Formats: sequence, C-alpha cells, structure tokens
Amino acid sequence: MLPIEFYFDAAIKGLLTGSVYAMLAVGLSIIFGVMRVVNFAHGEMLVAGMFGAYLVFVTLGLDPILAIPIVALVMFLFGVALQRGLIDRFITAPEHQQFLVLIGVALILTNGLDMIFGPDARNVQVPYAFASFEVGPFFLDNVRVYSAIAALALIALLYLFFNHTLTGKAIRACADNNRGAQVVGLNVSRLYAITFGIGAACAGAAGCLLIMVIDVTPHLGADFTLLAFTIVIIGGLGSMTGALLGGLLIGVSEAMAGILIQPSLKSSFSFGLLILVLLLRPNGLLGKRSS
Amino acid sequence: MRSLFEGVPARAAWGLVCVIVLLYLAPLVFGGYVLSVLILCCYLAVLGQAWNVMMGFAGQLSLGHALYIGLGAYASGALFFHFGLGPWIGLIPAFIVAGAMGALIGWLGFRFGIRGVYFALLTIAFAEFVRILFDHWGWIGGSSGMFLLVQNRNIDMDAASIANAFWTLRGPNWVFYYVILTGMVACLVTVRLLMRTRVGYYWLAIREDQEAAQAMGINVLRYKLLAVVISAMMTAFGGVFYAFYNNTLYPESIFSIDRSIELLLGVIIGGIGTLFGPILGAFALTWLGEGLSITQEWFDIAGLKLLTYGVAMLAIILFRPAGLWPWLRRLLGMEERRPDA
Amino acid sequence: MTTDDKTLKPAHGIGRRQFTGAAIAGAATLPVLHPLRLVRAQAPVRVGVLLPRSGFLSAIGAACWRGAELAPNILSDMGLAVEVVGADTESNPDTGRTQAERLIREGVDMLVGCFDSGTTAAVAQVAEQNGMPFVINIAADPAITEQGYQYVFRNFPKAPTLVMRGLGSINNLFEVTGTTPRTTVFMHINDTFGTAMSRGIQALAPRVGVPYEFLDSISYDPQARDLSVEVSRARALDPDFLMVVTRLNDAILLVRECVRQRFDTMGIISPGSPGMYEKQFADTLGPYAEYATTSVPWFNPTSPITTELQSQFVAEFPDQTFELNPGFTFEALMICADAAQRAGSTNADDLVAALRATEIAEHPMYGGPIQFDEEGQNPNIDTVVVQIQDGGPVVTAPVDIATAEAVFPVPSWADRG
Repeated sequence: MLPIEFYFDAAIKGLLTGSVYAMLAVGLSIIFGVMRVVNFAHGEMLVAGMFGAYLVFVTLGLDPILAIPIVALVMFLFGVALQRGLIDRFITAPEHQQFLVLIGVALILTNGLDMIFGPDARNVQVPYAFASFEVGPFFLDNVRVYSAIAALALIALLYLFFNHTLTGKAIRACADNNRGAQVVGLNVSRLYAITFGIGAACAGAAGCLLIMVIDVTPHLGADFTLLAFTIVIIGGLGSMTGALLGGLLIGVSEAMAGILIQPSLKSSFSFGLLILVLLLRPNGLLGKRSS
Repeated sequence: MRSLFEGVPARAAWGLVCVIVLLYLAPLVFGGYVLSVLILCCYLAVLGQAWNVMMGFAGQLSLGHALYIGLGAYASGALFFHFGLGPWIGLIPAFIVAGAMGALIGWLGFRFGIRGVYFALLTIAFAEFVRILFDHWGWIGGSSGMFLLVQNRNIDMDAASIANAFWTLRGPNWVFYYVILTGMVACLVTVRLLMRTRVGYYWLAIREDQEAAQAMGINVLRYKLLAVVISAMMTAFGGVFYAFYNNTLYPESIFSIDRSIELLLGVIIGGIGTLFGPILGAFALTWLGEGLSITQEWFDIAGLKLLTYGVAMLAIILFRPAGLWPWLRRLLGMEERRPDA
Repeated sequence: MTTDDKTLKPAHGIGRRQFTGAAIAGAATLPVLHPLRLVRAQAPVRVGVLLPRSGFLSAIGAACWRGAELAPNILSDMGLAVEVVGADTESNPDTGRTQAERLIREGVDMLVGCFDSGTTAAVAQVAEQNGMPFVINIAADPAITEQGYQYVFRNFPKAPTLVMRGLGSINNLFEVTGTTPRTTVFMHINDTFGTAMSRGIQALAPRVGVPYEFLDSISYDPQARDLSVEVSRARALDPDFLMVVTRLNDAILLVRECVRQRFDTMGIISPGSPGMYEKQFADTLGPYAEYATTSVPWFNPTSPITTELQSQFVAEFPDQTFELNPGFTFEALMICADAAQRAGSTNADDLVAALRATEIAEHPMYGGPIQFDEEGQNPNIDTVVVQIQDGGPVVTAPVDIATAEAVFPVPSWADRG
C-alpha cells in the first residue's frame, strides 16, 4: 500500500493535466451550447494548434505559451471561415449530416497535416522542459504548472468575454433563445461564425499548452475529440463551468485510477464515469435540466 | 413475394434482380483482388443496413456499432478457438450476446431519456469500455490477440467439400463472398419485410415524432428497444463473418471507433433511411477508396488517399445531403408509388 | 571468396557466379556506371512492399520504406535484381488485406511487410491462400508463423526469442560492468507487442535466471497522454533499475517524467522494444536520452553490406538515422532477390523452394546466416545491446562487434544537462 501522500500527489498532477483538458473541452462546449453542433473535428483542430505552436517555435523561437495569441488568432480565422463556408449550411440539418461534414473536415485536417509535416513526431523544447518544483517529497513539473495556470487564465478570460462584453452577451442570448435573438435584431449568422471561431481558437490555445507536455503527430486528433466530448458530457454540454469541472474531474480520476488499478485500465475509469453521469444526470453535472 | 415487391415499379424490381444475379455470377469472372473488394463492399453493406435499422428507421444515432461487431466476432471466435465449434453454431451465442448488450444499452439510454448526441456518446462509451476490458481479458487473448487456425484454403470441388467449406467457413475467397453476399440480400429482404409490418410503421412514427407516437398509444420504449436489438444482431452476423474471414482478432482494432464510423459513412453517403442507400454507399465508398489507393501509389504521397476521401465526402454531403440513392432513384425513375420506405 | 573488388556479395557466392561473363565483368569493375542497366538482362523479381505509410503507424512505415527505396540500387550492385512496388496499409489490417490482393493482381512475384502484427497476420493469410511467397520484415507476434503456413517466412525474432535474448543480454551487461541490481519495476505499453513481451518476461525470467526481483509490473495505455502517475508509482517502490517495453512516444514521455521527478536508478533498460534507440528519442531528450539501453536485433556494423547501406542511407536521407526498421526491410528485399536469383524463375513454388534453401552468410543485420526452419522462421537472428552515447545509438555488446563500452550504472539526471 502506498503512503497517503501519493494520493495527494496524484490528485494534484491530475488537476494540472485536467486544466489543460478543460481548456480543450471549453471550446467544444461553447460551440455546442450556441450552435447545437458537435464539433467532431475538435481534436484535429487541437493537433493543428500543436503544429502551429511548433511552427512558431521553430521560426520565431517563441515559447508556446507566448505563441497562444498568434495560434489562437489563426485558428479563430480558420474557424470563422469554416463556419461561413461550410458549417453554416448544416446548422439546421439533421445530426448525422453535421457529423459527416465534421468527420470530413477531420480527415482533411489529419491527412493534410500528415502531407505537410510528415508522420514523424514533433516537439518543442522549452528551456524548462525538464525542470520541476519540489514540494515536500514530490515534484511538480514546471511545464504542467505553467500550462495549467495559462489554461485557467484563458478560461477566466472567456468567462469575462461572455459575461461582460456586448458580443459575448449577444452570443449567450443566441444560445438561450435563437428565435428571440433574431427577433431583437441580432445577426445570428455572424455570431455563429464568431462562436465557431472562438471554439477553434480554444482548441488552438489548448494545442499550444499540450505541445509542451506531449509530442505531436498528425494522428493524435481522434483520441482528443473523444476526450473533449467525454469531458463536456460529464460537465454538461453547453456549460463552461461544466467543462472546467469535467476536465478537472477526468484529470483527477485518471490519475487516481493510475494508482488504484492497473494504469492501462484507467481510461475505462473515464468511460465508466461517463456512463454513470449519463444515466444519473443525463444533461451532465452542471447542464441545464431542460432537454 | 407479393409483399416484398408490392408497390415497386416493374423496372426497379427487374433491375434489382439483374444486379443481384450479376453479383452472384461475379466469382466466375473475377478472383483475388476484385473479389476481396466485393467482399468488403458486401460486408460494409450488411453493417450499414444494420446501422440503418437503428438510425434510419428508428432514429437512434449509434456511434458505437463496433461493439456488436466485436462481440459477435469474439463470441463465435472464442467458441471456435477453445471448443472447435463452427461459425453457424457460434452465430447463436453471437446473436444472444450482442442482442443482450444492445438491449442493455438501449434500455439504459431510453429508460433515462438519453437522446441524440447523448445517446451517441453512450454507445461510444460502452464500446470503449468493452474494448479496454477485452484488452485485459486473458481467456480471449487480451491485447495480444486471438488467432483462429487457418486451414488449407484450397478445397476439392466436389459437393461434400464445398458444403463443408460453407459449413465451417474454411475455404477459398469465393465461399466467403457467397456467404456475405447472401447475408447482404438476406438483410435487405428482412428489413424490407420488417418495414411493411406494423413494427416498421411504428418505427417510422417514432422517428418522425416520438411524442405523437406515444400519444397514439405506441409503446415507444419497446419498439425502440426492438430496433436496437435487431440492429445489434445483424451487426453481430457481420462480426461472426469478420472473425472467420480475418481469423485474427485484436480488441484494439475490432472495437475501435474508426470501425464504428467507417460502417456508417456509407449509409449517410448512400442515403439514410432508405433500403438501398447502405448498399449503394458501401459499394461507392469502397471502390472510391480503392481507386484513391492506386492514385496515391501513383503520386507516392502518403495521406493523399484519405484527404481526397474526406473531400469527396464533403462534396457529396454538400450537393446531395439526402444521399446518393434518393437522387439516383429519381434519375432512374424507380421511385416507389407509396411514399414510405 | 574475394573481397578485393568493390562489389558486395553474400558469402555463398550468389553474386556473380551465375551471371554471364559480360555481366560479371561489368558489375565487378564498373559498379558505379549504371549498374541497373547491366542487370536488366535478368528480369528483376517484382516485390510488393506493404507498409503502414499513413495512419497512426506512419512514422515507422516511413522509416521502413526508406530501406525499401535504397534496396534496388544496392542489390543491383551486388548483382541481384529487384523491383519494388509499394502499397500503403493505412495501419489497418483490413486495408492491408485488400492491398495485398491488389498487389498480387498487379503481378508482383513476392510480398514483403508489414511491421504491425495485426496487418502482417492478415496479409500472411492472403499470401497463403494465393500461394504468394511472403517475407515478413518486422512483426514479433509468435502466432503468425505457427499456423503451418507454407508461403510465409519471417526474418525477425518472435517475441519470446526477443525476451530470452534480451534478458540474457541484460544479465551479461551486469556481469561485464560488475553491478548486481537486486530489484526492478517493469513498465510496459499495453498493446499487442507489449503484452506479448510482458507474457514472455513473466514466463522466461525464472528460466533464464535473473539476479533481480520484479517489484511491480505497470502496464499503461498505448494512447497514454501522461505518464506522471505511472512514474510516481514506480518511484515509490524505489527499484534498482527500470525495465521497460515501449514504443517511441511513450518512451519519451516516460524518460522525461523520470527526469522531472528526479527518479534516479542504475539505468533504464529495454529487453527488446522500439523507442529508445530511435533518432527522435535522442533528439528530443538530449542529455537525458544518454545511456538508455536496449537489447534489440540490430545491424551488424562490421558487415560491408551494412557499411554500403549506411553510407547510401546517409547520402539519401541526411536528417534520418539508420536503424533496424530500414535495415530489416532492406534485408527482406535482399532475401527475396536472392531467392529469385537462385530459383531462376518467378514461379511461386520455385521461389518458395529457393526461400526454404536460403543460406545467406553475409547480410546487414547481426546474427548467423539467414536460414528458415520448417515454420518459415529465421532462428539465427541475434540481438545486440545498444546504448545511446553522444546523441546516437552505439553497440556495447557483444564484444566482437561492439564499438563502445557500456556505461552502467548511469550518471544521475542532475549530473547531466
């Protein structure tokens, strides 16, 4: 039996990793909350963000955390263009058509990245890649601490945007009552484009944070789509706080599972948690009750 | 036969019969590569038809159908591996296990009012959960896989050997081809007949408006469950076929979410909620993929195939959102006189 | 056998002896002048090479393909004619199957592939069914050659053999360096390969007789994004050394995490898995990659064929490192070309008969002569111990081919960088 401190240590590591997961999931949640579209290419957008951070690092030598504004802006524009050019036509289409469109986008992104960057894993070597803080008998690595702080800061920024700016409030109005928003004269199509852009930017920003933790290959996307999807459902689709809570919960539960059971079983823990949440609170822990 | 072809224009009926006859004659002309692609087409058509029962007719989105393929494959494969029981006997436990799992997921989902993308995620979660469990289950080989013994695939051409090859599913490719082609036709007939019974009409009613269907006194839960169970069993047939055709089972590959997605792309491309959509979609996408493979070798750019595949899918969904079959049917003047099915 | 000319040839003389006089003279004296043109007289054997060149294994598929790309030229210098036809399995067994069928339809004479065991098993069936000779470049799952196939040959060790040799080499390493670790924690990836290796270790460690005790066995998911908890768990047990079975990405994650948690042991040793000898590993981890030790089938640095292969590899792919993936793919093609030449025809049964009689003493990968037993398995592949030193893998054992001395125990993380 391991001493009790190990559980604390694992929990803290889980929280740190979970914050980055949350950053990723928030994007998915915002898109769904406003547009009722599940972005099945979300993980692929994250991978695009990781490659973006890699490119910025190689060309400008910029730390991935500082690259966030650049990558997020590019991903925002990409998201807006994608929504305007393609997804807008499928807003009211049946779910399976939206699903196919986004699967198509995911295929194009993955294999496009493969053709551009090749299949080899790429990574960004920040000066503090191997450093860690010593806390009592344990070590918390700088990379994870910094990326968790950045993730939480970005989520706070998004929160401010949605609660204290006109555009943010207008987007929330769209989410709450689409018809009503149109009636009062909001340009819903434009707001949707901005929303999708923000969602993509979130994935891009999460990519900047994640590239410091793991190396990127073009084929990572699908797993992260599933991860983000799981987090968002646990937290409640469409709820930002829910996504944050879900991310932290998945991070901690995976870490705990790594100690309590054989680590290779740990993602069954997440799926088990997901099934439980779906059954007991089908709209997620913090989701709205109406369906 | 009457109800099978009722309402179908004569030319459509004859066209269908001709296509099926041609498919049955294919092994006389083609061998090797073409036959194995045709096997893949029919296999995906069976899975697509199964998925279509659940999504297209009963309106339940499943993104975890690989679960039923895997359960079917492992149920029959393990019986063969450990006890030497053949595929047709293995089909019974495969149906039972997959049907029970379908019933469980369906019951949990419907009982707790989980719909749409939430239901879809529930199906993914179950598939992934079972994948990880199978990865750690030593009796069926865990993640290092289960190998079914491959016997000599060249058989004598006398009646007894041929019958034996069909019974044991150990034989040359054309044996597998006839099995899966017949399976595809059987699924088509089954679904067609089902759609013309009360059950079929109830499904359509539920798909269109669940509340209204309920108000009319349809036991929504029961009929939705029935759709899931039938779909799971049809998929499990595909799984049994896969086990004996492929002979190598790895949980990582057979339960993978890619497999769940692969089988439904053809249905959406072909035309969801139609009888021939899944078949047309499976054939169209499989041959498109093969053509693109050859192009990729030509240009020698890895990834080109799947990229183009994605673009083609987007193009089809953009210009034919309802799928290829409804459009082709109109083009050929083969629309049914009755508006349903 | 003479080695005074520049032509490289296997020891048993398949090189020039069977050639016409003119071709001999040409190949021997003017190897640099379009050697291809000289051998065109002999119809080259067409070999279909199936590799996972897209999908999640694409990086390894690309590495293997480099070996295949170099093969026709180098082999033709040796008087062996081969034409390579590539196909992509997309890291998917179902695609592998149809691609194999397609290659057969396009008229290839032999198949080579496929790196991952699942696809290789599927292609082996296609080969057997179509009576198509199939030479496996890399795939360790023992079951593939235990099916009684007649047309399938494997020039790569099975997982239990890898483990057996790996554990032996590790024992040897401890003897040579005069250290005796008493405890270890075994960490492995939970995929097909990792599980096969783990079972092998459980079964074989008592038989080989190892001086250390296994404190724990920790398996992690192939899609692991984070190994911090796994490493914490191992660290808590305070083992003398860490035994790992990895692939590339998780090897990097694992070592990085060990550094961050200042988890010092006598060393990190793999009894036979990819990851720690690859270029990406050394490039990414820099000083922390140093002294990572793997017992693995490897190229023979003293073989002239290897020298030639390596120099062409470096010329063609300057930013890549030559290691076992291109090496075994090249060697598989060499086996095909050699068999075709001895068979003197491209008839499948002649080719299979020639493959059965294969006896190549001089070849790029380390081990005894290439031969195939009744299962179609080459039992003579040996493993070497490679250790990362000065940013790249060097051979530290066995002594006859070693180019450096093993460092064990290794310096602590803090004393590097």
